[in-house]
Amino acid sequence: MLGLILAPIHHLRPVRALAATLRAIHELFWALLFLQVFGPSALTGIVAIALPYTGVFAKVYSEMLEEADRRPDELLPPNTGAVVRFIYARVPMALAPFRIYTMYRVECGLRSSAVLGFIGLPTLGFELDTFFKVAKFENVAAVLIIYYVLIGTIRWWLRPVLLPFYLIGSAVLLFSLGGPPFELSNLLRFLTSDIVPQPLRNADLSLASTWSAFWTWLSMLLSNQAWPGLINTFLVTQMALAVTMIVAFLGFPLIVPRLTGKLGGIGGNVLLVVGRSTPEYMLVYIFLQMLGPSMLPAIVALGLHNGAIIAHLLGRQAEAITPNLRPDAPKGFNLYLYEYVPRLYGNFLAYSFYRWEIILRESAIVGILGVKTLGFFVDGVITEIRLDRAIILIGITVLATFVVDWIARAIRRRFKLSMNDRNSKERALVEP
Amino acid sequence: MSLISLTRETIGWKARDVLVDIDLHVEPGERIAFLGRSGSGKSTLITHLYRRLTAAGKAVSLIPQDHALVPPLSVFHNVYMGQLDRRSTFYSIANLIKPLKKEVGDIRPILSEISLEPEIFQSVEKLSGGQKQRTAIARAFFRGGEIILGDEPVSAIDEKQSARVLEAIRSRFQTALLALHNVDLARTYCDRIIGLKGNKIVIDAPAKSIERADIDSLYAA
Repeated sequence: MLGLILAPIHHLRPVRALAATLRAIHELFWALLFLQVFGPSALTGIVAIALPYTGVFAKVYSEMLEEADRRPDELLPPNTGAVVRFIYARVPMALAPFRIYTMYRVECGLRSSAVLGFIGLPTLGFELDTFFKVAKFENVAAVLIIYYVLIGTIRWWLRPVLLPFYLIGSAVLLFSLGGPPFELSNLLRFLTSDIVPQPLRNADLSLASTWSAFWTWLSMLLSNQAWPGLINTFLVTQMALAVTMIVAFLGFPLIVPRLTGKLGGIGGNVLLVVGRSTPEYMLVYIFLQMLGPSMLPAIVALGLHNGAIIAHLLGRQAEAITPNLRPDAPKGFNLYLYEYVPRLYGNFLAYSFYRWEIILRESAIVGILGVKTLGFFVDGVITEIRLDRAIILIGITVLATFVVDWIARAIRRRFKLSMNDRNSKERALVEP
Repeated sequence: MSLISLTRETIGWKARDVLVDIDLHVEPGERIAFLGRSGSGKSTLITHLYRRLTAAGKAVSLIPQDHALVPPLSVFHNVYMGQLDRRSTFYSIANLIKPLKKEVGDIRPILSEISLEPEIFQSVEKLSGGQKQRTAIARAFFRGGEIILGDEPVSAIDEKQSARVLEAIRSRFQTALLALHNVDLARTYCDRIIGLKGNKIVIDAPAKSIERADIDSLYAA
């Protein structure tokens, strides 16, 4: 909702920067911060998901408005007020893509909320974590199955007519939950004291010694935590990107029946659906349990998840190519190499670069699970209740995200890579 | 004072001049039909005149060729948008949520006049081509003003209906500038005919004195 309000002013620089920052911070980081303020309550979960999603909606809605038909707006009487103009002639024109995208986002929200369980909120992720810790693997399987059923049946239970009931229901549930009482003083302390760098807290800002203490504090933080975290994050990101590209490249034929046969197509679909609808964080968690703590599980899991997403998109485009193949087209591996790959290669690269930034954000947060990326250090300082350091580390993550996004953009422009058919669903899958 | 006064004017889009060296003067109270083959520049001229008159602060209504309706909204709301500038923001938001009695009362008679009254609360995306066109006409009627500009305003409506719409345009607006494709309608309901061909105005004469053969030459290759 907030996103919709921001959408028409998204072209303004400060708004765009705000939206970009909101969505550059992963919901898990938001949740870690707000846990300190609101405790493990539903409010933490809601705010943690709402903030980055606001940033996403602001961007995507504004792009949809941009692409929508403007003629009714242009025809309105010249002195019509901006707000009325917007709700009468602009929003209705983009209603259909809005609806598809919002529904898709609900699915993402479901995933996010499950994942928030891993850091202590009582959602499905929490159950999964608990069962893993006591080695009740049959229960782990049950939780996963519940989750897949929930996601798989989404199109039957998520209907626009039912939305009001869900909203009212969740509001009622929220109030009945109780949870730790909300203390305004907590929020104030968080904003005015906790996040202020420790050497500056209650110190005389005019003294040079204060600033030299701050400088020592900052350089310690940067060299001991930020720098190694950043290096590891990039290592994981780049290796995961490589795995992603391999998985996508070899994976897309799985859902092209012309290449793998009818049965293969169905099996491939199931595989890719599981790969892309399991939250990356959950996947990393499971691989960590199987392979032990190192970067490897993170790389494999992120690669599989992101690769499955791109493979799915490429596969669908390959399906669009199939009817246009010449009748005497080669078969099997040659068909893959000479007909499909050359046609899809540009899109393949474009998608990979779109996912790059997302993989970076994901690499950072999986640190919370013990891989020594930025998230590991953020989690560490938060456990020590050093929120001032957490803020700086998260800030560095945001900067890294922006840098990667900027490079990816430059590369896409340089090589003129862009998705040629951008519908709402596709945009949702490829972009954050 | 002339409403419009163009002298040796060139009109067109960035790369392409659609009309070159146009002379056109329009007095208040005139009813003009623009005739010509498709692509002869009628739409360009109408759009240009609309911008010019609006910029000059005149009260102008436009029936664009593509209708420019908002498909998910009802006929009522699309028509209401003709007066969106004359209502407060709060009032218009309320009216969007639930159509207000006063507005429904004002819009209903306009729709009856062009036989669209039963569809008042239908969403526009469910209408036929002719009904959409009549919605755009109703919006222009609701907007009102001294001048109406219409780009093929009756192209999707049958002959009998067209006659009624053009009659209504005559009675509602002092000045009318209409691009038409039906020559007989143009001769009956307008008093001046302007023919466009090959980037130029080739006919500009009172409807009564014009010969059928002259008009036919507009459409010849």
